[in-house]
Amino acid sequence: MTAPVIGVLALQGDVREHLAVLRDQGAQAVTVRRPEELAAVDGLVVPGGESTTMANLASRFGLLQPLREAVAGGLPTYGSCAGMIMLADTVLDAPAGQQTIGGLDVTVRRNAFGRQVDSFETEVEVAGVPGGPVHAVFIRAPWVEEVGPGVEVLGRVVGGAADGKIVAVRQGHLVATSFHPELTGDPRVHAMFVELVRAARARGLGSDGATAGADSEGRASRE
Amino acid sequence: MSQQHSESSDTTTGTVRVKRGMAEQLKGGVIMDVVNPEQAKIAEDAGAVAVMALERVPADIRAQGGIARMSDPDMVQGIIDAVSIPVMAKARIGHFVEAQVLQALGVDYIDESEVLTPADEAHHIVKTDFTVPFVCGATDLGEALRRISEGAAMIRSKGEAGTGNVVEATRHMRALRAGIKRLTTLDDTELFVAAKELRAPHDLVVEVARTGKLPVVLFTAGGLATPADAAMMMQLGAEGVFVGSGIFKSGDPAQRAAAIVQATTFFDDPAVIAKVSRGLGEPMVGINVDTLPESQRYATRGW
Repeated sequence: MTAPVIGVLALQGDVREHLAVLRDQGAQAVTVRRPEELAAVDGLVVPGGESTTMANLASRFGLLQPLREAVAGGLPTYGSCAGMIMLADTVLDAPAGQQTIGGLDVTVRRNAFGRQVDSFETEVEVAGVPGGPVHAVFIRAPWVEEVGPGVEVLGRVVGGAADGKIVAVRQGHLVATSFHPELTGDPRVHAMFVELVRAARARGLGSDGATAGADSEGRASRE
Repeated sequence: MSQQHSESSDTTTGTVRVKRGMAEQLKGGVIMDVVNPEQAKIAEDAGAVAVMALERVPADIRAQGGIARMSDPDMVQGIIDAVSIPVMAKARIGHFVEAQVLQALGVDYIDESEVLTPADEAHHIVKTDFTVPFVCGATDLGEALRRISEGAAMIRSKGEAGTGNVVEATRHMRALRAGIKRLTTLDDTELFVAAKELRAPHDLVVEVARTGKLPVVLFTAGGLATPADAAMMMQLGAEGVFVGSGIFKSGDPAQRAAAIVQATTFFDDPAVIAKVSRGLGEPMVGINVDTLPESQRYATRGW
């Protein structure tokens, strides 16, 4: 079987780091800035960066609706930090009118841990990632305040002021983390996601998701 | 959900990874100079990844003269309260107390900037002492590596801020790129000499030679005024851009700001750059760098 094609949304953010880890994990990693590029991938990563900037650019370049349709149509998607915000159905502490891709039934709070002086590193146990806790880097990071019934909590912060806050979730084909595994050299979160993409492609779901990006079926609803 | 409770959990702030990682998140983006909360909102709505809070944009500092210092804390606070994107602010070169104040205010990044009047003729701020990360200007590779060794977590070209003339930024970007490329061709023996010539720490010189890039994110600053300026800098190897006077000294700041954001993302697509460059109104009035007296050249500040 050929390597799965995984796109990294390349409007802004730490795109290069995600591309490098995905390639190390055996994926064919490509950048996605246009609807036709989105239509050609088996999976998608929404990187860290500024969610307001990404949403703004996605909207101006006609990519937001195709992204919503692809994610709603089953395209396996992983979001780190700003990517988690982009995938969330509800965002708190965002500028009025900030749009997201949505699809992940969670409420996320932006900059929840504080400003940059509060950015930190710690260890987080992530369900589905074997081999001990993941070294997690949080940079002006969001956390998940509420999860819907179909959302599995994969990891929480342990200790400190933010003890117990949810920082890793999965809902079927969607995975999101508040932290940045792409910055640490630990490939295990990406490895889990690449496996998810392989499995989805084997079931033929990945190609449905990719097709959904190219036409207007399965309009994503935003409550 | 049951989680084991551990009060001894290792949680650390202000690490090199967190400081440099913050700059990684800004890549592909535009950081805009703003002087009040209204401008900050315009910048955020236009898609800026961060704003630089300052009292006067460089063009006004040039026009009005006098000593340029850190901004009024009330003004910085007003901008922090107005937007959700990161807020940066400038401290004078060597003025570590201005930096302490800015850190206490909660700014997300400090620019130790030659645009302000230097406070120390020999020493830059020891940036490793701070939790907040710093960006510093550089005209060439040696200067960039000296700033990184002091703890800078991000580097930008110096350019000539406030001129609307991109020629100096181009010179610095080309010098940085050429310096990096040259190191990758040297052997271990030659790298010792290169470190001496660059007046930079040997370990950083070796790291650049091995990786072919700076160990921190590299942005461009100084004199950018148009979407094409931003895209050119990205094609020359910048990972993002700072735009100062170029936006709010132009005819239609909101539209120009959005156009520069779009040109930075699609820097390699001339059709997009052409499209966003239409109908932007008047760009800022420029200054020819050749006519600037030496005392008004910012790029020569810092060492």
